[in-house]
Amino acid sequence: MISTAELREAMKKLLGQQVGHRDLEEILRDIDLNGDGQVDFEEFVRMMSRGLFSVILMTWTVCTSEPLCWVVLSLSLWWTLLLVFIIVPSVAGISFGIRSLYMRALLQIFKWTSSQMEIRAKEKNEELYKPYSNGIIAKQPSLSLMQQQQQLRCCSSDCAFSDALFFSRRAVESIVDDEVTKCFSAQELENWNLLTRSNCRFRHISLRLTVLWGLGLLLRYCLLLPLRVALAVSGVPLLLVLTPLVSCLPDGALHSGLSEKVHIVCYGVFVRALTAIITYHHQENKPRDGGICVANHTTPIDIIILANDGCYSLVGQVHGGLMGLLQRALVKASSHIWFERSEAKDRHLVAKRLGDHVADKNKPPILIFPEGTCINNTSVMMFKKGSFEVGCSVYPVAIKYDPRFGDAFWNSSKCGIISYLLWTMSSWAIVCSVWYLPPMKREDGESAVDFSNRVKSAIAAQGGLVDLVWDGALKRSKVKDDLKKEQQKLYSKVLMFDRDLRNRNNI
Amino acid sequence: MGSSKSTLQHIPNAQELIQETGFSPAHIQRLYERFDLLDRDQMGRLRVPDFEAIQELAENPIGDRIIGAFFASGKDTVDFPSFVRVLAHFQPTDANRSRDSAPEPYTSPNRKLRFAFQLYDQDRDGKISRAELLQVLQEMLGLQVSDEQLQSIAERAIQEADLDQDDAISFEEFKQSLEKVDIDQKMRIGFLS
Repeated sequence: MISTAELREAMKKLLGQQVGHRDLEEILRDIDLNGDGQVDFEEFVRMMSRGLFSVILMTWTVCTSEPLCWVVLSLSLWWTLLLVFIIVPSVAGISFGIRSLYMRALLQIFKWTSSQMEIRAKEKNEELYKPYSNGIIAKQPSLSLMQQQQQLRCCSSDCAFSDALFFSRRAVESIVDDEVTKCFSAQELENWNLLTRSNCRFRHISLRLTVLWGLGLLLRYCLLLPLRVALAVSGVPLLLVLTPLVSCLPDGALHSGLSEKVHIVCYGVFVRALTAIITYHHQENKPRDGGICVANHTTPIDIIILANDGCYSLVGQVHGGLMGLLQRALVKASSHIWFERSEAKDRHLVAKRLGDHVADKNKPPILIFPEGTCINNTSVMMFKKGSFEVGCSVYPVAIKYDPRFGDAFWNSSKCGIISYLLWTMSSWAIVCSVWYLPPMKREDGESAVDFSNRVKSAIAAQGGLVDLVWDGALKRSKVKDDLKKEQQKLYSKVLMFDRDLRNRNNI
Repeated sequence: MGSSKSTLQHIPNAQELIQETGFSPAHIQRLYERFDLLDRDQMGRLRVPDFEAIQELAENPIGDRIIGAFFASGKDTVDFPSFVRVLAHFQPTDANRSRDSAPEPYTSPNRKLRFAFQLYDQDRDGKISRAELLQVLQEMLGLQVSDEQLQSIAERAIQEADLDQDDAISFEEFKQSLEKVDIDQKMRIGFLS
């Protein structure tokens, strides 16, 4: 029982001298319903609930009169919706099937768009300009040295001048169309996918198409982009907060189980933030502990796509700022290999750390992108041999993006990472297929370079990509002279052979 | 995407180029896209480093010489019309679509031979001297052959071609020596229509 005297004292202390004696008596009379000078439990509860109700009412009146409070309210509503409809199902592993429906709807719309464009082109009696995916010129497939030799021999006549013509033709062919330069620009599409970015010569074709494009623009920028950005922005603190929490637990089954769950939740949020629709093939070949996983590199998002389906250790340089924070947080959850900038140059140190990590069977497999740079997902370029020298099993993974829904390629010379992410989040979706290939080991007597080429061919064959011998990381520097020497050797062989033949005939 | 006629509007002097060189509008469009792709600093002109960035070209022994063929003497940039004019030499002879009023179509054997001649004759004096021939052979063979072998190859080539014995090869002699060679087939790139 609380006596009214006690209550009066408490209220005086709480409200200070502002409340007059008469007001206090009125309040107390309101509370002490039966007037016995005591506040029993029921009366107490009633008083508190009335108080709570009036607090809520007060807050509501304050909020709706201020625009800032509207914003806060709507944001919290937004976040609750997000939590309920996207994050919770991803944690529980339920899917509503919305994304496949979305994909099918988009494909139907694209088909209709291209048929409309063809109809209009026919009406105007003009040829519909389609980008040539086969190139400008009919190029022969890259010949081996033997085949080149034969070609030169049959071209070379008695005249020494005609040989220069052979090389000049080859040179001009390279200028008009070469395999490497087009690997660093976005892939061209057969049909327009209603994004202005994939059609830089957008002209007004018909009213219907323009309206459709406008609707698409509205949908992408006003609905999809804010939703995705909200997801991404909420995913990062989630990762930063949960991983240290889990790492505080003692090592054991609970620790590893929980850290895996946290990993799945966080990457699930990121995958939904990009609307990435991923199909994993051959999951029985998934990389296991104590190996190195190599994959073709198109974009930094590759990491999210692969990490969504398993835990990997990442390799990279230590950064500052937000990236550094992320790196430190990730290290707490599982063992990643981060190098200081000075250490990264030391190849032996790198190889040693990789070797140590791989030897410990409890650590997750290392994820490495041996191309060293982002390529536009039409071809695979030279793999750096560093990761193939370590001597463990290599698990090749092929990643192929479907360019119709959005171009995933990151051209680092054209835009920074943040604008790239915003760009990606305002496309339709990121649709890709991931193939896990069976593990490969270096054979006896096989050099690291040959092994890397073998793995590269396997990845290219699986992903339907072109297998190129060129070094992608050289796009900013000059090519070495070795290749030129090869050509010179070839020509000299042919010339010498001809001369010997002629000399022998003369004799 | 759009109709091919409207897409040529952003290319300067497209119609004149089509008339002059015999490329189709679709070819000009594709070549313009290629030019744009090679133009790394987007200034509307190509420089030598833009060509050197093509890795396949760096493999070619006479790559630098071909790059030089695009640049008119004294200039260090190539604009789109010059780019197209050089490439016009490599069209098939029978694809000649330029009008009769043109002085000499780019695809005629004579023009092609002249282009090839100028690859050798770098100082543009109208003759290929022994030194110039040696230079080309040096580029094509590198360190693979000894100096004596190089000299003897050059010697033989000059002996065979030099008809008026002036120790240099004029354009006429050059043409004569390549009589039996099917120039069109050797200097032709299969442009897809």
